[in-house]
Amino acid sequence: MLRKMIEIRRFEERVERLFLQEGALIGPSHLYLGEEAVAAGAIGALNDDDLTTSTYRGHGHAIAKGAPMKPLMAELFGKSTGTCKGLGGSMHIAIYPEKGSMYATAIVGSGIPIATGVGLALQKEGKRRVAMTFFGDGASNTGAFHEGINLASVWKVPVIFVCENNMYAMSTRADYAVAAESVAARAQAYKMRGMVADGNDPVSVYLAAKEAIGLARNGQGPTLLECMTYKLHGHGVYDRGDYRPKEEVEAWLKRDPIKGLEANLLKANLATQGDFDRIEKEVAAEVEGAVTFAKASPVLPFDELAEYVYVRQ
Amino acid sequence: MREALREEMLRDPRVVLMGEEIGVFEGVYKVTRGLLKEFGPERVRDTPISEAAIAGAAVGAALGGLKPVAEIMYMDFVTICLDQIATNAAKMHFMSGGKLKVPFVLRTQYSLGRVHGAQHSQFFPSIFFQVPGLKVILPSTPHDAKGLLKAAIREDNPVVFIESGVLYRTKGPVPDGEYVVPLGQCDVKKTGNDVTIVAVSRTVIEALAAATKLEEQGITADVIDPRTIQPLDLTTILESVKKTGRLIIASDDVKCGGIGSEIAARVVEEAFDTLDAPILRVASPDMPVPFSPTLEQAYMPNAQKIIEAAQRLIG
Repeated sequence: MLRKMIEIRRFEERVERLFLQEGALIGPSHLYLGEEAVAAGAIGALNDDDLTTSTYRGHGHAIAKGAPMKPLMAELFGKSTGTCKGLGGSMHIAIYPEKGSMYATAIVGSGIPIATGVGLALQKEGKRRVAMTFFGDGASNTGAFHEGINLASVWKVPVIFVCENNMYAMSTRADYAVAAESVAARAQAYKMRGMVADGNDPVSVYLAAKEAIGLARNGQGPTLLECMTYKLHGHGVYDRGDYRPKEEVEAWLKRDPIKGLEANLLKANLATQGDFDRIEKEVAAEVEGAVTFAKASPVLPFDELAEYVYVRQ
Repeated sequence: MREALREEMLRDPRVVLMGEEIGVFEGVYKVTRGLLKEFGPERVRDTPISEAAIAGAAVGAALGGLKPVAEIMYMDFVTICLDQIATNAAKMHFMSGGKLKVPFVLRTQYSLGRVHGAQHSQFFPSIFFQVPGLKVILPSTPHDAKGLLKAAIREDNPVVFIESGVLYRTKGPVPDGEYVVPLGQCDVKKTGNDVTIVAVSRTVIEALAAATKLEEQGITADVIDPRTIQPLDLTTILESVKKTGRLIIASDDVKCGGIGSEIAARVVEEAFDTLDAPILRVASPDMPVPFSPTLEQAYMPNAQKIIEAAQRLIG
């Protein structure tokens, strides 16, 4: 889990530099910085053949589900070697069915009923696989969320709805816009289990996800799992998040999920600083390798685009 | 249509139906009659009144390997789930670089002509053919409804299948045994020399009635039903226009930006020099559908309006 979190952190930091310092990337990009524990913990509790769906803040989900950095970085550069051959971009980077990362939508909330449908297919398949979908606190205010989780509960599909509550939908605070005690509390209205985990603690997320996954596998239906977390920076790569109170930002920075996990591992004698240094070194090389690969890759010829509109029968 | 659903469900265990009132109630227009009893609630799934969830779950189930046929009771309600159709399903194959397939059929019907008022009568197929990635089917006969629905279910692409509520009552020959009507092939329903009438869905019936009356006046018409708007078999239409030099396009959608606009534009682009007269559209006026039965009839395209258009062209 630590490794995945470091992979996400260093990947995203590099992406941020490619945008802001080097001007090598353009377009909307929503970084996963600060939320690493959610993807690493929740996806870490899945089996490899379970399915996930993601959002426009999906770089972290893709890495956690096992997508390699080279095609991920190439997608950001719009290259034909990208996860979506350069046709998707940052907001759809997590479409990587090779590793069971089935979809990433850029429309807030719209992935939720889709996850219900994926769950239906897995329920019908009868192999005890489960689906997990990610979305934010803002998505829980969309109609698609309410319709999607209601139908999931009616059909008792094996889906774990993971809400990454980072307290803000762009600049709109969840404590203003979510008219409920919590996002998890909304589950009760749909006869669904609601759980809350510390989204900056991968162990807390992992344990909660593990329980929800186990219940889903055993035919006991979906769970809404709310993970309380915080973005290191703002909504998108160009947003500094100035609307957030300084004290709040500082308090959350002290709860950095990676530093927290490392401290706990050291305290429990489960790892050494040397282990962390080795991981950092390996990850740094992987990230740079991905950038080199992406830059050297070609763009899909425009003439070929028409081939991707429809599946040929 | 019921035969098509049943045969495809027997043929492919991945086919599941979902929608409002399709199970216990057997469909508001009884299209799914008997299917719950035969296939059970696992494959004929009643849903809450949740159009976004119905369409979204169909998209997700298709991603997960099923072949869902989702029903949206009235075409008017499609706007509630348009995000799932236009912004998710239609683009998934493309923006995944060809990796994702979402084979599902969204069945819906429009009730123009059934005195359902402004919010239960709309027909706006152009929304769908404006979104690359969707296929759009508009059957006009029982034969085509069955054959095209079977073809739609076998598609690997998202398909919007739009039925006319008025046409549920029509009778027509349906062959015994297995057949499929391929997408993208016009059906030339009648041949003539003086004018080409392209008509879709309910207006095919009106166009045929008009052509019969015109014949009495010595005017003969090609009547062509494209049956699918995306893909569109333009070749057959162009060949006919080359012969007749005159084109009328009849359809129930409003004139502004509709099926008629699109076909007219393509014909002008491809075959302007074969035209002897302006292209005329017989469509609904650019206003909501009125409730009053008298006003609704006046609003709708009909045989008389097509005849008048032909007379204006040939004069």
